Amino acid sequence: MAVISRGFHGRRPEPGRTLPPGQYETRDFPVLSAGPTPRVDRDRWQFTITTETGARHAWSWPDLMALPSESPTVDLHCVTKWSKFGTTWGGVSLDTLLADVETEAGYALVDSYGGYTTNLPLADLRGGRAWIAHTYDGADLAPEHGGPARLLVPHLYLWKSAKWVRGIRLLTRDEPGFWESAGYHSYGDPWREQRYQGD
Amino acid sequence: MPRWLTAALLERREETATASTLVLDVPGWPGHLPGQHVDVRLTAEDGYSTQRSYSLAAAPDGDRLELTVQRVPDGEVSPYLTGEFSVGDLVEVRGPVGGWFVWRPDEQKEPVLLVAGGSGIVPLMAMVRVRAAAGSRVPFRLVASVRGPADRLYGAELDRGSPGLDTTWIHTRTAPPGVVRAPGRLTAQDLADWGWPADFEPTVYVCGPTGFVETAAGLLVALGHHPARIRTERFGPSGG
Repeated sequence: MAVISRGFHGRRPEPGRTLPPGQYETRDFPVLSAGPTPRVDRDRWQFTITTETGARHAWSWPDLMALPSESPTVDLHCVTKWSKFGTTWGGVSLDTLLADVETEAGYALVDSYGGYTTNLPLADLRGGRAWIAHTYDGADLAPEHGGPARLLVPHLYLWKSAKWVRGIRLLTRDEPGFWESAGYHSYGDPWREQRYQGD
Repeated sequence: MPRWLTAALLERREETATASTLVLDVPGWPGHLPGQHVDVRLTAEDGYSTQRSYSLAAAPDGDRLELTVQRVPDGEVSPYLTGEFSVGDLVEVRGPVGGWFVWRPDEQKEPVLLVAGGSGIVPLMAMVRVRAAAGSRVPFRLVASVRGPADRLYGAELDRGSPGLDTTWIHTRTAPPGVVRAPGRLTAQDLADWGWPADFEPTVYVCGPTGFVETAAGLLVALGHHPARIRTERFGPSGG
């Protein structure tokens, strides 16, 4: 039987907006991170993809800028319960970055300037569902939101969209990242409310 | 993993004009570490439900939990929890959540610096209370930023103090009589004067609104604290 909070009415989301279970809508863009915001100079910025055989693919900031950019408009879902509808980003699709990467790996471990890591299946980085984002709302991505560039994988909880992204290691076995080692779900699908281990 | 548990309000304490501590009875609560938080689910008569996360404010005490809730103007949940929600009323809770922004008294013997902005003091107060309850000798310093003296959470308890805990209030708008520091936002000098020197290698916990945490963490790094020893927890102005 449901536990009712007597006298609680709450607010319903606007019609036409569907929220994943347990989420509420915010119009702000809250920030969540585990430590100080790293300051990453674009002149020294580099992004790498390293395969399971050790083959290394690297992009400098001008390299990234030279690649075709997309402008996805996506909904964000944070495990701390807020969702934000209709955010617009600019960035390079992982399909583009992975196009010349030969790999048999099934998993990816993403790492960031500042030491953050997060894991996800490699398939979730393909199919037009993931980007290395460098602009937000038409402007350069601010450091507190992950600038100069962050991973954007909006179909998973936002902790998977690693800020200050530095590289992706492709692995044949799944390896937990920072929050995944601290009790959070390995996959993190908001529509299945996979917040914590065992959900 | 954690199951939803039924929580009944045992007692409410007004902490400031806009913040209340809710004492909840949660049969089956598994215990927690200071700094962890809890998911709270509220369900209306018609079945609509929504969730929020709140920091745990007190040391583990059996089935008893304490949350301090800051009322967010125009919020969906906090005006209810700090208002109509009455002794005997129910919510559901799930947790504890979070394994990073925690202090582990059995393992951590280094000095601790706590830096709070506004109601960001709540999880830090849990660390202060666990330290006291454990009789720990680990040296603690707390630097807490508030608008004015009326906004101090847990002011009386912190004024009573605890051996080895130094508390400094930073007033951003209104300072009480006798305080020499002019009102203003937290500065590097404040952290140099009232925090630990970086070469003591303290673990630093910073909690508050995003802007405060961005600023404080940046000042701490500039003062020489290694980023890996600075743990942050931020909350946006959203939701409530």
